[in-house]
Amino acid sequence: MSPTTGTLGLQVAQLARRSVLRTFRQPAQVVPTVLFPLFLLAVNTAGLEAATELPGFPSDSYVDFAMAFAFMQGALFSMVNAGTDLARDVESGFLQRLALTPMRRAALLLGQLAGVMAVSLLAGVIYLLVGLVAGVTVVTGVGGVAVLFALALLIGLAFASLGAFIGLRFGSAEAVQGFFPLFFVLLFLSSASLPRELIEQDWFRTVATWNPVSYLVEGIRSLFVIGWDGEALALGFGIAALVAAAGVAGAARALGTRVVRG
Amino acid sequence: MRRFGQVTGAVWWRATHTFLTNPQFLLPSIMFPLFFFTAFAGGLSSLGDVPGFDFPSGYTAFQFCFVLLQASAFGGVFTGFGIASDFENGFARRLMLGAPNRTAILVGYLLTALTRAAIVLCVVTIVALLGGMAFDGGPLDVFGMLALAVIVSLAATLFAAGVALRARTIQAGPAMQMPVFLALFLAPVYVPLDLLSGWVQTVARFNPVTPLMEATRAFVSGGDADIALAAPVAAGLVLLFAAWALRGLRRAEAAGG
Repeated sequence: MSPTTGTLGLQVAQLARRSVLRTFRQPAQVVPTVLFPLFLLAVNTAGLEAATELPGFPSDSYVDFAMAFAFMQGALFSMVNAGTDLARDVESGFLQRLALTPMRRAALLLGQLAGVMAVSLLAGVIYLLVGLVAGVTVVTGVGGVAVLFALALLIGLAFASLGAFIGLRFGSAEAVQGFFPLFFVLLFLSSASLPRELIEQDWFRTVATWNPVSYLVEGIRSLFVIGWDGEALALGFGIAALVAAAGVAGAARALGTRVVRG
Repeated sequence: MRRFGQVTGAVWWRATHTFLTNPQFLLPSIMFPLFFFTAFAGGLSSLGDVPGFDFPSGYTAFQFCFVLLQASAFGGVFTGFGIASDFENGFARRLMLGAPNRTAILVGYLLTALTRAAIVLCVVTIVALLGGMAFDGGPLDVFGMLALAVIVSLAATLFAAGVALRARTIQAGPAMQMPVFLALFLAPVYVPLDLLSGWVQTVARFNPVTPLMEATRAFVSGGDADIALAAPVAAGLVLLFAAWALRGLRRAEAAGG
């Protein structure tokens, strides 16, 4: 059975395989995804370890606290990878050629997202292994690790689907790269570096409180430093699911428009 | 000498005009330092309460010094991007054919980087002062602080130009950006050197950016800057990367632009 005439599952699997291979053939996509978050983890841990001496800081080790930052950065790179790949498909005409085949549109989107998720999963495993070597403890244990990956993958899907939407909507890899700083700003203007209660500047604490990224960070972080925190996890999963749903819907709509536009 | 000045002026004017009239070049140069200043000075200000944090002018001023050097350095990196683009689109080849002394081209790009840095530093400084930053130094300290920013801008531009002149493609962007990014972030960014921990503290002790950052902070706080260390380090960086850039220029000449 040809991939283009097979079931949706087969089509998704083929396109996911293409997405994974394509990513691994481009060191410029893999290396930053893995190394950049680890570099900032090291720098932030060394630079902000002193913050653990602030009264009320929830952990006596900053590396435990900072692990969530690495996972969030990985999710941001998922956005860039998904968006850039789909934009290149638009630019190169691959999307149009694919539209001439019996392959379903959904397969293209799901395949691309599945491929990016696979890379995210691998990057997440590397972050965790490096973290464990550096002395990170996951207070929620093995069960917490499973929940951690579930949440990290959902967040990765949320950002990747936003990247897919941007890539398909604008059809330009440059446009996707241009949006990256915007999402990076959202990460820095969240509670990623310090708990909200310890942010001294009122305006920054207000921004961090309204910034949904804070709740994604806090959901992941709770598994490392707090324990089973139902509220943090519910907010983390809930917001990630909402963003993922909006992103996938937007990307599907943009894909439909793009194919019709020709 | 007159032709040298004409070429330098023409390169400076063209690159500066391109920078000022294209929002995609102008805005990131200004927005990124402002963003880092806002995120670090605003979000991490409680680090000023950590035991052992002894910077007298406060955390906003502490972070301003990092952003000042970062803006200076990245102005140079972005100028390197411009050089690489000029080679990629063939403009540099035509420029080299028309310039009797090609070193003038490099000097033109250096002036461009300094102009960019001056614009960005003005904006960042105004925002920082409006945001309540304390500046406890005197007029000589202002001069010292700006001199260091200019030197960092020159060193970063010469480094990025050396890469751009060898690679002659914008694909070499990460090779210009990443070393500068690493050098800046492996210095005492968030807290003073003594409060850093682990291997980063060891790296920071030997990082040439560290004495420059510490001297800048001393100028801002009106303290005693370790000029005896910062000045030779600054001069050494400029000389080293000047040699690197000039050799790159010779390579580009040999390759026919």
